Amino acid sequence: MSQVARSKGRIGFIAGFLVLPLALYLTFVIWPYVQTFGYSFTNWSGQSPTFDFVGLENYQALMEDEVFRGALWHNLLLLVFVPVITILLALFFAFMVNAGGRSGAGGVRGVRGSAFYKIVYFFPQVLSLAILAVLFGAVYRSDAGGLLNGFLAKLGLVDPVHPVEWLNQPDLVLWCLLLVVVWHGVGFYLVLFSAAMQSVPKDIYEAALLDGAGRAQTFLRVTLPLLWDSVQTSAVYLGIAAMDMFVLVSTMTSGQFGGGPDHHSEVMATVLMRNFLYFGKSGYACAMGVVMLLLTMILSIVTLRATRRERIEF
Amino acid sequence: MTTVIKAPGESAAERSAGSAGPGGGKPRSDGMVLNVFSHGFLAVWAILIVLPLVWLALGSFKTDSQIGASALSWPAHWHFDAFGRAWDKGIGGYFGHTLIVLAFSVPLTMLLGSMAAYVLARYPFPGNRIIYYFFVSGAMFPVFLALVPLFFMVKRLDMLNTYQGLILVYVAYSMPFTVFFMHSFFRTLPTAVHEAAVIDGASDTRIFFQVMLPMAKPGLISVGIFNVLGQWNQYILPSVLMQPQSGSDPERYMLTQGLIQLQYQMGYETDLPVLFAGVTIAMIPMLVVYLSFQRQIQAGLTSATLK
Repeated sequence: MSQVARSKGRIGFIAGFLVLPLALYLTFVIWPYVQTFGYSFTNWSGQSPTFDFVGLENYQALMEDEVFRGALWHNLLLLVFVPVITILLALFFAFMVNAGGRSGAGGVRGVRGSAFYKIVYFFPQVLSLAILAVLFGAVYRSDAGGLLNGFLAKLGLVDPVHPVEWLNQPDLVLWCLLLVVVWHGVGFYLVLFSAAMQSVPKDIYEAALLDGAGRAQTFLRVTLPLLWDSVQTSAVYLGIAAMDMFVLVSTMTSGQFGGGPDHHSEVMATVLMRNFLYFGKSGYACAMGVVMLLLTMILSIVTLRATRRERIEF
Repeated sequence: MTTVIKAPGESAAERSAGSAGPGGGKPRSDGMVLNVFSHGFLAVWAILIVLPLVWLALGSFKTDSQIGASALSWPAHWHFDAFGRAWDKGIGGYFGHTLIVLAFSVPLTMLLGSMAAYVLARYPFPGNRIIYYFFVSGAMFPVFLALVPLFFMVKRLDMLNTYQGLILVYVAYSMPFTVFFMHSFFRTLPTAVHEAAVIDGASDTRIFFQVMLPMAKPGLISVGIFNVLGQWNQYILPSVLMQPQSGSDPERYMLTQGLIQLQYQMGYETDLPVLFAGVTIAMIPMLVVYLSFQRQIQAGLTSATLK
């Protein structure tokens, strides 16, 4: 009897603890996601309460949409270069911070001031993308007042009368944006990799040293394999960031919701928002959302599969 | 056995002795070269991080024409009036709006997230795994996917451009990660304490609030930092949900939105020092909080990523 009462009370307790979080999550997260799938098969404008079912028409239009295809290509470029550049730089600096110091009796040591470097490098991570957008908008200014132009002019690399219009050059704009993402991310992944490096027992390094391994060899044969898990996770996170890019593109480049000049910095997210909020093509925008979701899922699975190695326990 | 243990120490001593001698100078100088080399690279990157930030902050003391003329000029005078103008242009208000939202959204996120995570981690019941995966799967989806219907959902609830609307949306979108992280944390807590509390006759609710939550403090701090930063820096959700709905509807921009707004405005009004001062004002609290808690923030954010 008391057992029953107790388990009844327990059901009440479980339900009581779950009801609010679940209700909020269903209303604002799951239900909109489900609706997106539904709306992506309609010609809903967002303003009118009525809409027609149009089947796969939106998806067909998407395949023929030059702007969207260009945006997809830019996302794929970022998807390759953002993780590769950020991870390589972060690994390089993490190695320098942790093993770049003088070698003494105790083996390889970190550089002096490694704590200072980590504090400085990590700081961009706590800044909002909005701050980064204003900051780098000023750095990339198209006249001598921009930090980059001013600096390069001082070095004589840029003609002060005709400075480089970084964010208005079709072939430069995407790379300028990419550098902002790298600037923002390196410190975070450096700290992540450092933590992983420090959890590797010292005697493994000592053993490698005794066997006559140089620093480069130690890094490639010992450190990197032991860090592989962290590298893999980082690649997925950076890949997701590269699929997004909305804040930087929409605030730093020209055009309604960014993407300029002439769609040369367009990413899927900016095309989606323009279609939704500016052109009022909500159904079409939903189809783009579905494509983005599928790509993100494929990306995560492929990255985890492609980088799979035997896990090393230590 | 003893020789095995002694071997590394002996050999290390040999190495250092050898490198001190005339014949074995190589290992040490190799270390020196690398040391200079690594300091060089590290210093260059540190400058690349610090320089743009300091340059921007200096810009708030320059005049607009000075900013446009040359990037490498030094402020002619050290007046703080651009900061005052930036504050009047709305930065103060944007700060206030963001604080109001976070004052409710972060504690609510932590409370609801831990409650759900705790029940899912500690009480087996039919459907437990399904609900867990249901929560966690949300972390994978890009927010864009939900944006269009979310806007109309909030509109139907009559909560566009309201604090409560944004608070609830922030809580809902922070749920997947908070549940995921706290779930794994509650799993690692020892069961013995829980059992002792049950024997003492404490109710489930009381055990949660008085025993389990205090024990989960390190996890709560990590995920709390993650949520504060994530919600403070959020731009996409407020830029869609926090637009004035009519002429009489007051502006309730978040700080991130406000900065972008200020950027457009100052582009027309040609008063860039105000924009730079606004960004500097927005950065200062982040810098102060970061420097005071940098160890916890670094550990919190990185451990949150690796979980």
